[in-house]
Amino acid sequence: MTRSDANRKDELRELYRELILDHAKSPRHFGKLADSTHFAEGINPLCGDKLKMYFRVSTHGKINDASFEGSGCAISVASASLLIDTIIGMHTDEALRFFDALVASLSINGDIDRNATKQIDLGKLRALQGVKEFPARVKCASLAWHALNSAIHQGAQPVTTE
Amino acid sequence: MTEEAASYTITSVRPSVADCRADFPALEQEVNGEPLVYLDSAASSQVPTAVIDAVAQYQRHDHANVHRGVHTLSHRATDAYEGARDKVQSFINAASKCEIVFTRGTTEAINLVAQSFCRPNLKTGDKIVITHLEHHSNIVPWQLVCEQTGAELVIAPIDQAGQVDAQQLAELLDERVRILAIAHVSNALGSILPLTQIIRSAHARDIPVLIDGAQAVPHMAVDVQALDADFYAFSGHKMFAPTGIGVLYGKESILENMPPYQGGGDMILEVRFDGTLYNELPYKFEAGTPNISGVVGLGAAISYLKSVGIEEIASHENDLLAYMTAELEAIDGIRLIGTADNKASVQSFLLNDIHPHDIGTILDHQGVAIRTGHHCAMPVMDFFGIPGTARASLALYNNADDVDRLVVALEKTVEIFG
Repeated sequence: MTRSDANRKDELRELYRELILDHAKSPRHFGKLADSTHFAEGINPLCGDKLKMYFRVSTHGKINDASFEGSGCAISVASASLLIDTIIGMHTDEALRFFDALVASLSINGDIDRNATKQIDLGKLRALQGVKEFPARVKCASLAWHALNSAIHQGAQPVTTE
Repeated sequence: MTEEAASYTITSVRPSVADCRADFPALEQEVNGEPLVYLDSAASSQVPTAVIDAVAQYQRHDHANVHRGVHTLSHRATDAYEGARDKVQSFINAASKCEIVFTRGTTEAINLVAQSFCRPNLKTGDKIVITHLEHHSNIVPWQLVCEQTGAELVIAPIDQAGQVDAQQLAELLDERVRILAIAHVSNALGSILPLTQIIRSAHARDIPVLIDGAQAVPHMAVDVQALDADFYAFSGHKMFAPTGIGVLYGKESILENMPPYQGGGDMILEVRFDGTLYNELPYKFEAGTPNISGVVGLGAAISYLKSVGIEEIASHENDLLAYMTAELEAIDGIRLIGTADNKASVQSFLLNDIHPHDIGTILDHQGVAIRTGHHCAMPVMDFFGIPGTARASLALYNNADDVDRLVVALEKTVEIFG
Protein backbone atom coordinates (compact mmCIF):
# COMPACT_ATOMS: atom_id res chain seq x y z
CA MET A 1 0.00 0.00 0.00
CA THR A 2 1.38 3.39 -0.87
CA ARG A 3 1.17 6.16 1.62
CA SER A 4 -0.73 9.29 0.83
CA ASP A 5 1.11 12.31 -0.49
CA ALA A 6 0.17 14.23 2.62
CA ASN A 7 1.71 11.60 4.88
CA ARG A 8 4.90 11.47 2.92
CA LYS A 9 5.16 15.23 2.86
CA ASP A 10 4.67 15.24 6.63
CA GLU A 11 7.58 12.85 7.06
CA LEU A 12 9.92 15.24 5.29
CA ARG A 13 8.57 18.16 7.30
CA GLU A 14 9.05 16.13 10.48
CA LEU A 15 12.66 15.49 9.53
CA TYR A 16 13.42 19.01 8.43
CA ARG A 17 11.47 20.89 11.09
CA GLU A 18 11.91 24.63 11.49
CA LEU A 19 14.01 24.10 14.60
CA ILE A 20 16.34 21.68 12.78
CA LEU A 21 16.74 23.93 9.77
CA ASP A 22 17.31 26.93 12.04
CA HIS A 23 20.10 25.19 13.95
CA ALA A 24 21.57 23.76 10.73
CA LYS A 25 21.73 27.16 9.07
CA SER A 26 22.82 29.07 12.18
CA PRO A 27 24.54 26.58 14.44
CA ARG A 28 24.98 27.81 18.02
CA HIS A 29 28.30 27.57 19.84
CA PHE A 30 30.13 27.05 16.56
CA GLY A 31 33.91 27.28 16.59
CA LYS A 32 36.84 26.07 18.59
CA LEU A 33 36.69 26.44 22.36
CA ALA A 34 39.71 27.93 24.09
CA ASP A 35 40.78 26.07 27.25
CA SER A 36 38.72 22.99 26.50
CA THR A 37 39.38 20.09 28.84
CA HIS A 38 37.61 17.41 26.85
CA PHE A 39 37.55 16.84 23.12
CA ALA A 40 36.26 14.28 20.66
CA GLU A 41 35.87 14.01 16.93
CA GLY A 42 32.84 12.37 15.36
CA ILE A 43 33.16 10.98 11.85
CA ASN A 44 30.43 9.56 9.68
CA PRO A 45 32.32 7.93 6.80
CA LEU A 46 29.12 7.32 4.85
CA CYS A 47 28.47 10.98 4.16
CA GLY A 48 31.73 12.57 5.27
CA ASP A 49 30.30 14.34 8.33
CA LYS A 50 33.13 15.45 10.57
CA LEU A 51 32.41 17.18 13.88
CA LYS A 52 34.94 18.31 16.44
CA MET A 53 33.41 18.81 19.84
CA TYR A 54 35.03 20.76 22.67
CA PHE A 55 34.00 20.80 26.33
CA ARG A 56 35.28 22.74 29.30
CA VAL A 57 34.56 20.67 32.38
CA SER A 58 35.23 21.85 35.93
CA THR A 59 37.04 19.72 38.48
CA HIS A 60 33.60 18.99 39.94
CA GLY A 61 32.43 17.59 36.64
CA LYS A 62 30.26 20.51 35.56
CA ILE A 63 30.27 21.36 31.86
CA ASN A 64 30.91 25.09 31.99
CA ASP A 65 31.17 25.62 28.26
CA ALA A 66 31.16 23.67 25.01
CA SER A 67 31.42 24.24 21.28
CA PHE A 68 31.79 22.38 18.01
CA GLU A 69 33.17 22.87 14.55
CA GLY A 70 33.28 20.89 11.35
CA SER A 71 30.93 20.13 8.51
CA GLY A 72 28.00 17.87 8.07
CA CYS A 73 24.46 17.54 6.86
CA ALA A 74 21.61 19.56 8.32
CA ILE A 75 20.69 16.78 10.74
CA SER A 76 24.16 16.24 12.16
CA VAL A 77 24.93 19.95 12.49
CA ALA A 78 21.55 20.72 14.07
CA SER A 79 21.97 17.79 16.42
CA ALA A 80 25.39 19.05 17.55
CA SER A 81 24.06 22.56 18.01
CA LEU A 82 21.07 21.35 20.03
CA LEU A 83 23.29 19.06 22.05
CA ILE A 84 25.52 21.87 23.18
CA ASP A 85 22.57 24.13 23.89
CA THR A 86 21.25 21.36 26.13
CA ILE A 87 24.28 20.24 28.06
CA ILE A 88 26.02 23.49 28.97
CA GLY A 89 25.68 23.87 32.73
CA MET A 90 25.02 20.18 33.29
CA HIS A 91 27.10 17.75 35.26
CA THR A 92 28.78 15.19 32.98
CA ASP A 93 26.72 12.39 34.56
CA GLU A 94 23.53 14.18 33.60
CA ALA A 95 24.85 14.80 30.08
CA LEU A 96 25.54 11.07 29.75
CA ARG A 97 21.96 10.34 30.83
CA PHE A 98 20.81 12.61 28.01
CA PHE A 99 23.10 10.71 25.65
CA ASP A 100 21.48 7.41 26.66
CA ALA A 101 17.99 8.86 26.42
CA LEU A 102 18.58 10.52 23.08
CA VAL A 103 20.12 7.45 21.47
CA ALA A 104 17.31 5.31 22.86
CA SER A 105 14.71 7.75 21.54
CA LEU A 106 16.13 7.47 18.02
CA SER A 107 16.02 3.71 18.11
CA ILE A 108 13.92 2.48 15.21
CA ASN A 109 13.76 -1.18 16.08
CA GLY A 110 11.43 -0.79 19.03
CA ASP A 111 14.19 -1.99 21.29
CA ILE A 112 14.07 1.15 23.36
CA ASP A 113 15.75 1.18 26.72
CA ARG A 114 12.85 2.45 28.79
CA ASN A 115 15.06 3.08 31.77
CA ALA A 116 17.19 5.41 29.76
CA THR A 117 14.29 7.59 28.72
CA LYS A 118 12.20 7.38 31.90
CA GLN A 119 13.46 10.29 33.92
CA ILE A 120 14.66 12.48 31.08
CA ASP A 121 12.61 15.19 29.44
CA LEU A 122 14.26 15.55 26.05
CA GLY A 123 12.57 18.90 25.47
CA LYS A 124 13.54 20.45 22.14
CA LEU A 125 15.76 17.45 21.39
CA ARG A 126 12.53 15.71 20.46
CA ALA A 127 12.81 17.63 17.19
CA LEU A 128 15.43 15.08 16.18
CA GLN A 129 12.99 12.21 16.30
CA GLY A 130 11.88 12.81 12.71
CA VAL A 131 14.87 10.72 11.67
CA LYS A 132 13.13 7.59 12.88
CA GLU A 133 11.33 7.44 9.54
CA PHE A 134 14.70 7.71 7.78
CA PRO A 135 16.88 4.83 8.99
CA ALA A 136 19.83 6.00 6.92
CA ARG A 137 19.83 9.28 8.83
CA VAL A 138 19.73 8.05 12.42
CA LYS A 139 23.52 8.03 12.50
CA CYS A 140 23.59 11.68 11.47
CA ALA A 141 21.42 12.62 14.45
CA SER A 142 23.42 10.56 16.92
CA LEU A 143 26.94 11.42 15.72
CA ALA A 144 27.49 14.43 18.00
CA TRP A 145 26.10 12.49 20.94
CA HIS A 146 28.52 9.64 20.46
CA ALA A 147 31.30 12.22 20.33
CA LEU A 148 30.02 13.70 23.61
CA ASN A 149 30.05 10.26 25.18
CA SER A 150 33.57 9.64 23.93
CA ALA A 151 34.84 13.05 25.07
CA ILE A 152 33.47 12.60 28.58
CA HIS A 153 35.12 9.22 28.77
CA GLN A 154 38.22 10.84 27.28
CA GLY A 155 38.45 8.39 24.40
CA ALA A 156 41.52 9.06 22.35
CA GLN A 157 40.16 7.68 19.10
CA PRO A 158 37.75 9.55 16.88
CA VAL A 159 34.25 8.08 17.07
CA THR A 160 32.76 6.86 13.86
CA THR A 161 29.22 5.89 13.12
CA GLU A 162 30.33 2.65 11.50
CA MET B 1 18.55 22.88 -25.29
CA THR B 2 14.80 22.85 -24.78
CA GLU B 3 13.13 20.00 -23.06
CA GLU B 4 10.99 19.13 -26.09
CA ALA B 5 13.92 19.07 -28.48
CA ALA B 6 15.95 16.86 -26.17
CA SER B 7 13.15 14.38 -25.59
CA TYR B 8 12.55 14.17 -29.29
CA THR B 9 16.19 13.45 -30.05
CA ILE B 10 16.46 10.80 -27.40
CA THR B 11 13.28 8.90 -28.06
CA SER B 12 13.07 9.08 -31.82
CA VAL B 13 16.56 8.34 -33.03
CA ARG B 14 17.42 5.34 -30.91
CA PRO B 15 14.29 3.45 -29.99
CA SER B 16 16.24 0.25 -29.37
CA VAL B 17 18.09 1.78 -26.44
CA ALA B 18 14.97 3.53 -25.19
CA ASP B 19 13.20 0.17 -25.02
CA CYS B 20 15.87 -1.34 -22.76
CA ARG B 21 14.26 -0.07 -19.62
CA ALA B 22 11.72 -2.88 -19.70
CA ASP B 23 14.56 -5.40 -19.50
CA PHE B 24 15.36 -4.32 -15.94
CA PRO B 25 12.75 -5.60 -13.48
CA ALA B 26 14.12 -3.59 -10.54
CA LEU B 27 13.24 -0.38 -12.34
CA GLU B 28 9.56 -1.29 -12.35
CA GLN B 29 8.85 -0.52 -8.73
CA GLU B 30 7.70 2.29 -6.57
CA VAL B 31 9.98 3.73 -3.93
CA ASN B 32 8.38 5.88 -1.26
CA GLY B 33 5.18 5.87 -3.28
CA GLU B 34 6.75 7.12 -6.51
CA PRO B 35 8.00 5.21 -9.55
CA LEU B 36 11.70 4.60 -9.04
CA VAL B 37 14.12 6.86 -10.88
CA TYR B 38 17.50 5.16 -10.65
CA LEU B 39 20.36 7.60 -11.17
CA ASP B 40 23.06 5.73 -9.27
CA SER B 41 24.45 3.35 -11.87
CA ALA B 42 27.99 4.65 -11.36
CA ALA B 43 27.81 3.10 -7.90
CA SER B 44 26.16 -0.08 -9.13
CA SER B 45 23.98 -0.74 -12.13
CA GLN B 46 20.72 -2.68 -12.18
CA VAL B 47 20.59 -6.16 -13.65
CA PRO B 48 18.60 -7.16 -16.74
CA THR B 49 16.35 -10.22 -16.86
CA ALA B 50 18.78 -11.90 -19.26
CA VAL B 51 21.50 -11.83 -16.59
CA ILE B 52 19.18 -12.87 -13.77
CA ASP B 53 17.97 -15.79 -15.88
CA ALA B 54 21.45 -16.87 -16.92
CA VAL B 55 22.61 -16.98 -13.30
CA ALA B 56 19.44 -18.80 -12.23
CA GLN B 57 19.79 -21.30 -15.07
CA TYR B 58 23.37 -21.98 -14.05
CA GLN B 59 22.45 -22.40 -10.39
CA ARG B 60 19.46 -24.61 -11.16
CA HIS B 61 21.04 -26.89 -13.73
CA ASP B 62 24.74 -26.55 -14.30
CA HIS B 63 26.46 -25.81 -11.03
CA ALA B 64 29.55 -27.80 -10.07
CA ASN B 65 33.17 -26.90 -9.50
CA VAL B 66 35.20 -25.89 -12.56
CA HIS B 67 38.36 -27.44 -14.00
CA ARG B 68 38.10 -30.36 -11.59
CA GLY B 69 35.59 -33.04 -12.30
CA VAL B 70 35.04 -35.56 -15.05
CA HIS B 71 31.30 -35.52 -14.52
CA THR B 72 28.81 -33.79 -16.74
CA LEU B 73 27.91 -30.90 -14.47
CA SER B 74 31.53 -30.03 -13.94
CA HIS B 75 31.94 -29.92 -17.71
CA ARG B 76 28.92 -27.69 -18.07
CA ALA B 77 30.15 -25.35 -15.34
CA THR B 78 33.61 -25.21 -16.89
CA ASP B 79 32.15 -24.53 -20.34
CA ALA B 80 29.99 -21.74 -18.95
CA TYR B 81 32.94 -20.27 -17.05
CA GLU B 82 35.39 -20.42 -19.94
CA GLY B 83 32.73 -19.34 -22.41
CA ALA B 84 32.34 -16.15 -20.42
CA ARG B 85 36.09 -15.61 -20.54
CA ASP B 86 35.89 -15.78 -24.34
CA LYS B 87 33.14 -13.16 -24.25
CA VAL B 88 35.26 -10.85 -22.10
CA GLN B 89 38.20 -11.30 -24.43
CA SER B 90 36.12 -10.34 -27.42
CA PHE B 91 34.35 -7.51 -25.51
CA ILE B 92 37.59 -5.63 -24.80
CA ASN B 93 39.44 -7.07 -27.80
CA ALA B 94 42.23 -8.78 -25.88
CA ALA B 95 44.72 -10.70 -28.02
CA SER B 96 44.35 -13.91 -26.05
CA LYS B 97 41.95 -15.39 -23.51
CA CYS B 98 44.89 -16.10 -21.23
CA GLU B 99 45.06 -12.35 -20.67
CA ILE B 100 41.66 -12.33 -18.94
CA VAL B 101 41.94 -12.91 -15.21
CA PHE B 102 38.73 -13.06 -13.18
CA THR B 103 38.87 -11.14 -9.91
CA ARG B 104 36.36 -10.00 -7.29
CA GLY B 105 36.22 -6.62 -8.97
CA THR B 106 38.28 -3.64 -10.05
CA THR B 107 39.66 -3.23 -6.54
CA GLU B 108 41.08 -6.72 -6.38
CA ALA B 109 42.44 -6.40 -9.91
CA ILE B 110 44.39 -3.28 -8.97
CA ASN B 111 45.63 -4.84 -5.74
CA LEU B 112 46.79 -7.84 -7.73
CA VAL B 113 48.92 -5.64 -9.97
CA ALA B 114 50.25 -3.60 -7.04
CA GLN B 115 51.28 -6.70 -5.10
CA SER B 116 52.29 -9.08 -7.84
CA PHE B 117 53.69 -6.81 -10.54
CA CYS B 118 55.03 -3.88 -8.50
CA ARG B 119 55.92 -5.04 -5.03
CA PRO B 120 58.70 -7.51 -5.94
CA ASN B 121 60.47 -4.91 -8.09
CA LEU B 122 60.02 -1.60 -6.29
CA LYS B 123 62.84 0.07 -4.40
CA THR B 124 63.21 3.25 -2.39
CA GLY B 125 63.26 6.14 -4.80
CA ASP B 126 61.03 4.45 -7.36
CA LYS B 127 57.77 6.19 -8.22
CA ILE B 128 54.19 5.29 -8.95
CA VAL B 129 52.14 7.96 -10.74
CA ILE B 130 48.37 8.31 -10.37
CA THR B 131 46.10 11.33 -10.88
CA HIS B 132 44.21 13.53 -8.44
CA LEU B 133 40.85 12.23 -9.62
CA GLU B 134 41.29 8.55 -8.84
CA HIS B 135 38.82 6.41 -6.91
CA HIS B 136 40.18 5.19 -3.57
CA SER B 137 40.62 1.76 -5.17
CA ASN B 138 43.24 3.27 -7.46
CA ILE B 139 44.95 5.14 -4.63
CA VAL B 140 45.12 2.94 -1.56
CA PRO B 141 46.62 -0.20 -3.19
CA TRP B 142 49.51 2.01 -4.37
CA GLN B 143 49.88 3.64 -0.97
CA LEU B 144 50.16 0.15 0.51
CA VAL B 145 52.84 -0.95 -1.92
CA CYS B 146 54.70 2.34 -1.37
CA GLU B 147 54.69 1.69 2.39
CA GLN B 148 55.95 -1.82 1.75
CA THR B 149 58.77 -0.84 -0.58
CA GLY B 150 59.73 2.76 0.10
CA ALA B 151 58.51 3.87 -3.30
CA GLU B 152 56.89 7.28 -3.70
CA LEU B 153 53.35 8.02 -4.89
CA VAL B 154 53.25 10.95 -7.30
CA ILE B 155 49.95 12.70 -8.06
CA ALA B 156 49.26 14.21 -11.47
CA PRO B 157 47.15 17.38 -11.16
CA ILE B 158 43.64 18.10 -12.41
CA ASP B 159 42.18 21.44 -13.41
CA GLN B 160 39.07 23.23 -12.16
CA ALA B 161 36.93 21.43 -14.73
CA GLY B 162 38.20 18.09 -13.44
CA GLN B 163 40.41 17.34 -16.42
CA VAL B 164 43.79 15.69 -16.58
CA ASP B 165 46.21 17.41 -18.92
CA ALA B 166 48.19 14.78 -20.82
CA GLN B 167 51.13 17.13 -21.29
CA GLN B 168 51.33 18.01 -17.60
CA LEU B 169 51.11 14.35 -16.69
CA ALA B 170 53.85 13.44 -19.15
CA GLU B 171 56.21 15.83 -17.39
CA LEU B 172 55.96 13.67 -14.26
CA LEU B 173 57.05 10.54 -16.11
CA ASP B 174 60.76 10.32 -15.38
CA GLU B 175 63.10 7.32 -15.31
CA ARG B 176 62.13 6.41 -11.72
CA VAL B 177 58.46 5.85 -12.55
CA ARG B 178 57.62 2.12 -12.47
CA ILE B 179 53.91 2.29 -13.26
CA LEU B 180 51.26 4.81 -14.23
CA ALA B 181 47.78 3.97 -12.89
CA ILE B 182 44.88 6.11 -14.08
CA ALA B 183 41.14 6.04 -14.51
CA HIS B 184 39.55 5.78 -17.91
CA VAL B 185 36.53 7.74 -16.67
CA SER B 186 36.38 9.57 -13.32
CA ASN B 187 33.63 8.18 -11.10
CA ALA B 188 33.10 11.45 -9.24
CA LEU B 189 33.49 13.89 -12.13
CA GLY B 190 32.70 11.95 -15.28
CA SER B 191 35.85 13.19 -17.04
CA ILE B 192 37.16 10.90 -19.77
CA LEU B 193 40.94 10.87 -19.64
CA PRO B 194 42.95 11.36 -22.86
CA LEU B 195 44.29 7.80 -22.66
CA THR B 196 45.78 7.50 -26.13
CA GLN B 197 48.07 10.44 -25.61
CA ILE B 198 48.90 9.51 -22.01
CA ILE B 199 49.70 5.88 -22.78
CA ARG B 200 51.85 6.91 -25.71
CA SER B 201 53.98 9.21 -23.59
CA ALA B 202 54.28 6.59 -20.84
CA HIS B 203 55.37 3.92 -23.29
CA ALA B 204 57.89 6.29 -24.83
CA ARG B 205 59.59 6.07 -21.43
CA ASP B 206 58.95 2.31 -21.06
CA ILE B 207 56.47 2.90 -18.24
CA PRO B 208 53.66 0.34 -18.06
CA VAL B 209 50.12 1.70 -17.68
CA LEU B 210 47.20 0.36 -15.67
CA ILE B 211 43.75 1.66 -16.55
CA ASP B 212 40.92 1.63 -14.03
CA GLY B 213 38.08 1.07 -16.47
CA ALA B 214 35.25 0.52 -13.98
CA GLN B 215 33.34 3.61 -15.13
CA ALA B 216 34.11 3.17 -18.82
CA VAL B 217 33.09 -0.33 -19.87
CA PRO B 218 29.30 0.08 -19.51
CA HIS B 219 29.33 3.33 -21.47
CA MET B 220 31.76 3.09 -24.38
CA ALA B 221 33.60 0.63 -26.57
CA VAL B 222 36.92 -0.40 -25.04
CA ASP B 223 39.69 -1.91 -27.14
CA VAL B 224 42.69 -2.75 -24.97
CA GLN B 225 44.91 -3.41 -27.98
CA ALA B 226 44.05 -0.13 -29.67
CA LEU B 227 44.68 1.64 -26.35
CA ASP B 228 47.85 -0.40 -25.88
CA ALA B 229 46.99 -0.66 -22.16
CA ASP B 230 49.27 -2.94 -20.17
CA PHE B 231 46.59 -3.60 -17.57
CA TYR B 232 42.88 -2.81 -17.72
CA ALA B 233 40.65 -3.44 -14.70
CA PHE B 234 36.87 -3.37 -14.46
CA SER B 235 33.91 -4.64 -12.43
CA GLY B 236 30.85 -6.62 -13.40
CA HIS B 237 28.39 -4.82 -11.16
CA LYS B 238 28.78 -1.51 -12.97
CA MET B 239 27.98 -3.17 -16.30
CA PHE B 240 24.73 -4.98 -15.42
CA ALA B 241 26.34 -8.13 -14.02
CA PRO B 242 26.22 -9.25 -10.37
CA THR B 243 28.55 -7.95 -7.66
CA GLY B 244 31.70 -9.80 -6.68
CA ILE B 245 33.04 -10.39 -10.15
CA GLY B 246 35.52 -8.33 -12.12
CA VAL B 247 38.31 -8.60 -14.63
CA LEU B 248 41.97 -7.87 -14.82
CA TYR B 249 43.24 -7.71 -18.36
CA GLY B 250 47.02 -7.87 -18.60
CA LYS B 251 49.33 -8.27 -21.55
CA GLU B 252 50.42 -11.88 -21.75
CA SER B 253 54.12 -11.02 -21.81
CA ILE B 254 53.73 -9.10 -18.54
CA LEU B 255 51.44 -11.57 -16.75
CA GLU B 256 53.84 -14.39 -17.64
CA ASN B 257 56.59 -12.82 -15.60
CA MET B 258 54.49 -11.98 -12.55
CA PRO B 259 54.42 -14.26 -9.50
CA PRO B 260 51.02 -15.53 -8.31
CA TYR B 261 48.95 -13.13 -6.21
CA GLN B 262 47.35 -15.78 -4.02
CA GLY B 263 48.09 -19.46 -3.55
CA GLY B 264 45.58 -22.27 -3.51
CA GLY B 265 43.78 -24.75 -5.66
CA ASP B 266 43.37 -24.26 -9.43
CA MET B 267 46.47 -22.04 -9.68
CA ILE B 268 48.85 -25.00 -9.55
CA LEU B 269 49.97 -27.78 -11.85
CA GLU B 270 51.76 -29.81 -9.24
CA VAL B 271 52.16 -29.35 -5.50
CA ARG B 272 55.04 -30.92 -3.60
CA PHE B 273 56.43 -29.94 -0.26
CA ASP B 274 59.79 -29.26 -1.88
CA GLY B 275 58.28 -26.95 -4.48
CA THR B 276 55.11 -26.21 -6.40
CA LEU B 277 54.64 -25.74 -10.11
CA TYR B 278 52.20 -22.97 -10.98
CA ASN B 279 49.47 -23.28 -13.54
CA GLU B 280 49.54 -21.45 -16.85
CA LEU B 281 47.83 -18.13 -17.52
CA PRO B 282 45.28 -17.01 -16.55
CA TYR B 283 44.79 -19.75 -13.92
CA LYS B 284 48.00 -18.79 -12.14
CA PHE B 285 46.05 -15.78 -10.84
CA GLU B 286 42.79 -17.56 -10.03
CA ALA B 287 43.45 -19.39 -6.78
CA GLY B 288 40.56 -21.26 -5.21
CA THR B 289 37.08 -22.00 -6.48
CA PRO B 290 36.10 -18.88 -8.41
CA ASN B 291 32.84 -16.94 -8.47
CA ILE B 292 31.42 -19.14 -11.22
CA SER B 293 27.87 -17.79 -11.12
CA GLY B 294 29.25 -14.26 -11.16
CA VAL B 295 31.29 -15.08 -14.24
CA VAL B 296 28.21 -16.57 -15.90
CA GLY B 297 26.34 -13.35 -15.07
CA LEU B 298 29.18 -11.25 -16.45
CA GLY B 299 29.12 -13.23 -19.69
CA ALA B 300 25.36 -12.72 -19.98
CA ALA B 301 25.77 -9.00 -19.29
CA ILE B 302 28.30 -8.72 -22.11
CA SER B 303 25.91 -10.51 -24.47
CA TYR B 304 23.20 -8.09 -23.38
CA LEU B 305 25.39 -5.02 -23.93
CA LYS B 306 26.37 -6.31 -27.37
CA SER B 307 22.75 -6.99 -28.29
CA VAL B 308 21.83 -3.38 -27.54
CA GLY B 309 25.00 -2.10 -29.19
CA ILE B 310 27.74 -0.33 -27.26
CA GLU B 311 27.92 2.52 -29.79
CA GLU B 312 24.17 3.05 -29.53
CA ILE B 313 24.43 3.07 -25.75
CA ALA B 314 27.25 5.62 -25.82
CA SER B 315 25.30 7.83 -28.17
CA HIS B 316 22.09 7.61 -26.11
CA GLU B 317 23.95 8.41 -22.90
CA ASN B 318 25.83 11.31 -24.43
CA ASP B 319 22.56 12.90 -25.56
CA LEU B 320 21.01 12.28 -22.17
CA LEU B 321 24.03 13.63 -20.27
CA ALA B 322 23.91 16.80 -22.36
CA TYR B 323 20.21 17.15 -21.57
CA MET B 324 20.74 16.47 -17.86
CA THR B 325 23.61 18.92 -17.62
CA ALA B 326 21.58 21.64 -19.33
CA GLU B 327 18.56 21.01 -17.11
CA LEU B 328 20.66 21.04 -13.93
CA GLU B 329 22.46 24.20 -14.98
CA ALA B 330 19.10 25.93 -15.34
CA ILE B 331 18.31 25.43 -11.64
CA ASP B 332 18.97 28.48 -9.47
CA GLY B 333 21.77 27.90 -6.98
CA ILE B 334 23.23 24.83 -8.67
CA ARG B 335 26.98 24.38 -8.93
CA LEU B 336 28.19 21.68 -11.29
CA ILE B 337 31.31 19.83 -10.15
CA GLY B 338 33.09 18.16 -13.06
CA THR B 339 32.70 20.12 -16.26
CA ALA B 340 35.28 18.46 -18.49
CA ASP B 341 34.87 18.86 -22.23
CA ASN B 342 34.93 15.11 -22.70
CA LYS B 343 32.63 13.37 -20.24
CA ALA B 344 30.59 10.23 -19.73
CA SER B 345 27.45 9.40 -17.78
CA VAL B 346 28.07 11.30 -14.54
CA GLN B 347 27.16 14.73 -13.21
CA SER B 348 28.13 15.82 -9.72
CA PHE B 349 26.61 18.98 -8.28
CA LEU B 350 25.90 21.09 -5.23
CA LEU B 351 22.70 22.99 -4.59
CA ASN B 352 22.83 26.25 -2.63
CA ASP B 353 24.44 25.38 0.68
CA ILE B 354 22.34 22.26 1.18
CA HIS B 355 24.46 19.32 2.27
CA PRO B 356 24.48 16.54 -0.36
CA HIS B 357 23.24 14.05 2.21
CA ASP B 358 20.12 16.13 2.78
CA ILE B 359 19.59 16.37 -0.97
CA GLY B 360 19.89 12.58 -1.18
CA THR B 361 17.27 12.01 1.50
CA ILE B 362 14.75 14.42 0.01
CA LEU B 363 15.26 12.97 -3.47
CA ASP B 364 14.91 9.41 -2.19
CA HIS B 365 11.68 10.43 -0.54
CA GLN B 366 10.45 11.28 -4.03
CA GLY B 367 11.65 7.99 -5.50
CA VAL B 368 14.82 9.43 -7.02
CA ALA B 369 18.00 7.48 -6.19
CA ILE B 370 21.28 9.37 -6.45
CA ARG B 371 24.63 9.00 -4.72
CA THR B 372 25.76 11.58 -2.20
CA GLY B 373 29.05 12.03 -0.41
CA HIS B 374 32.66 11.77 -1.45
CA HIS B 375 32.14 8.93 -3.95
CA CYS B 376 35.25 7.15 -2.67
CA ALA B 377 37.26 10.01 -4.12
CA MET B 378 38.07 12.15 -1.08
CA PRO B 379 41.07 13.85 -2.74
CA VAL B 380 38.72 15.13 -5.47
CA MET B 381 36.47 16.65 -2.79
CA ASP B 382 39.50 18.22 -1.10
CA PHE B 383 40.58 19.66 -4.45
CA PHE B 384 37.26 21.45 -4.84
CA GLY B 385 37.17 22.31 -1.12
CA ILE B 386 33.83 20.57 -0.56
CA PRO B 387 32.77 17.77 1.77
CA GLY B 388 31.00 15.89 -0.98
CA THR B 389 28.61 16.21 -3.87
CA ALA B 390 25.30 14.92 -5.06
CA ARG B 391 25.87 12.76 -8.11
CA ALA B 392 23.40 11.68 -10.74
CA SER B 393 24.76 8.96 -13.00
CA LEU B 394 23.24 7.49 -16.12
CA ALA B 395 23.04 4.10 -17.74
CA LEU B 396 21.44 2.81 -20.90
CA TYR B 397 18.02 2.42 -19.19
CA ASN B 398 17.67 6.08 -18.21
CA ASN B 399 15.65 8.56 -20.21
CA ALA B 400 14.61 12.20 -20.31
CA ASP B 401 11.72 11.54 -17.92
CA ASP B 402 14.24 10.46 -15.28
CA VAL B 403 16.06 13.75 -15.70
CA ASP B 404 12.80 15.69 -15.47
CA ARG B 405 11.87 13.86 -12.25
CA LEU B 406 15.33 14.68 -10.87
CA VAL B 407 14.82 18.36 -11.60
CA VAL B 408 11.38 18.42 -9.96
CA ALA B 409 12.78 16.65 -6.91
CA LEU B 410 15.60 19.18 -6.65
CA GLU B 411 13.12 22.05 -6.84
CA LYS B 412 11.27 20.42 -3.96
CA THR B 413 14.53 20.22 -2.03
CA VAL B 414 15.05 23.96 -2.41
CA GLU B 415 11.46 24.53 -1.27
CA ILE B 416 11.99 22.52 1.92
CA PHE B 417 15.23 24.27 2.78
CA GLY B 418 13.60 27.63 2.10
